[in-house]
Amino acid sequence: MTKTRSLASAALLAVLASVTPLRAQEESPDQLVKTVTLDVVDLIAKDKEIRAGNRAKLIELIDAKVLPHFNFSAMTALAMGRSWNKATPEQKKRLTEEFRTLLVRTYASALAAYSEQKFDFRPLRAKPTDTDVTVQVRVLQPGAQPVPIDYSMEKTAGGWKVYDVMVGGVSLVANYRTEFNNVVRDSGIDGLLKSLSAKNRSGLEAPAAPAAKK
Amino acid sequence: MIPRIAFAALVAALAGCASTAERDPRDPFEPLNRGIYRFNDKVDQAIAQPVARTYRRAVPGEIRDRVRNFFGNIGDFFIGVNNFLQGKFEDGVSDWARVAFNTTVGLFGIHDVATDMGYEKHNEDFGQTFGRWGAGPGPYLVLPLLGSSDLRDGIGTGIDVYTDPLGEVRPYHLQYGLWGLRFTQLRADLLDASRILEEAALDKYVFQRDAYLQRRRSLVYDGHPPREREPEEEKGTEDDKDKKPR
Repeated sequence: MTKTRSLASAALLAVLASVTPLRAQEESPDQLVKTVTLDVVDLIAKDKEIRAGNRAKLIELIDAKVLPHFNFSAMTALAMGRSWNKATPEQKKRLTEEFRTLLVRTYASALAAYSEQKFDFRPLRAKPTDTDVTVQVRVLQPGAQPVPIDYSMEKTAGGWKVYDVMVGGVSLVANYRTEFNNVVRDSGIDGLLKSLSAKNRSGLEAPAAPAAKK
Repeated sequence: MIPRIAFAALVAALAGCASTAERDPRDPFEPLNRGIYRFNDKVDQAIAQPVARTYRRAVPGEIRDRVRNFFGNIGDFFIGVNNFLQGKFEDGVSDWARVAFNTTVGLFGIHDVATDMGYEKHNEDFGQTFGRWGAGPGPYLVLPLLGSSDLRDGIGTGIDVYTDPLGEVRPYHLQYGLWGLRFTQLRADLLDASRILEEAALDKYVFQRDAYLQRRRSLVYDGHPPREREPEEEKGTEDDKDKKPR
């Protein structure tokens, strides 16, 4: 753990050193993923409450550290596919909100489950001029094939933003597409909004279950 | 024993052909599959999950790593065979080197010394080999007790089980004990994943099916599948651009 922490602070220092105020968003995407991942894993390791299963606190941490680097409206649009254009601006806004909540909760569970694994950050294969890249990380587990996590990232005015995550070759955004389109076909955009918010609320009622870790 | 179950499922699936209005062309037997899925889920909740949870509580992680390594080592031999069948000779040699080192230095496979030596573990099976040879997945199938599969992978799984070295183990009660331990370990490793599925999915069946099909496609191409044609997407979104599969 000390190794991770010193790695994290080394990465952080390297980033801080290389960032001058004017070039704040020039941080390379792979560096960003590495910094944020190690930072979050380190914070979880140091936080007794989170490790004891305090979900609210974990979600708070994700909100502060991880979310700023995700482009949720792009993710929602991709997950909706053709249905996206049928939505009004108001519906789009609410869909993005609900999808965001769902993804954060899912991400929190994944983090709680896998934060103690070792990570292997792959060097970025991209040209400096690229504005759309895939950052590859692998989660190493004893006796099993490493699980690749690929972050699809796009350069925006606000820095590099993640618009899809592929875990073991499964695109999160693509995986929601069939589900979303099925609901939209059966009960329209409002039906989808309803089932998303029902899903999100159902998680709040039973926060104890996911705490049963190890 | 298990291949017979797989074939029974296959026959049942084909028999249930004339189903209602199909929605997803990849899943023509959806109503039947959903039925088997519900059955599997019940068995999972009533038996497999409690056993796996107890196992995880009672057995320290260190020991569970040994168990996973032991069965991983048994699998590596045919992972190598499949790599050879797919023309990936370097990977196949590496897999067999893993078996050689882990069986000896690693004490019958309980220590994965080969990974530390730079021989990475691979994920191959006969379903992937058929895919590499050009076979498409065929219809999606949910097999009784075994779960997500498709026509190609179901046949592949049959061969995987038929050729599995565990089948040679005698006496039989030892063999069945080992199968039981292997499934328990596997289910214990998937406890977190299945909880995440519960949280992530609006419709667990659809979510798991799509994840399975994506995952298998990725595995057939060793993590670098060619781009799939999507029904063209909307302007204003940065649709899946190049995923840069090397």
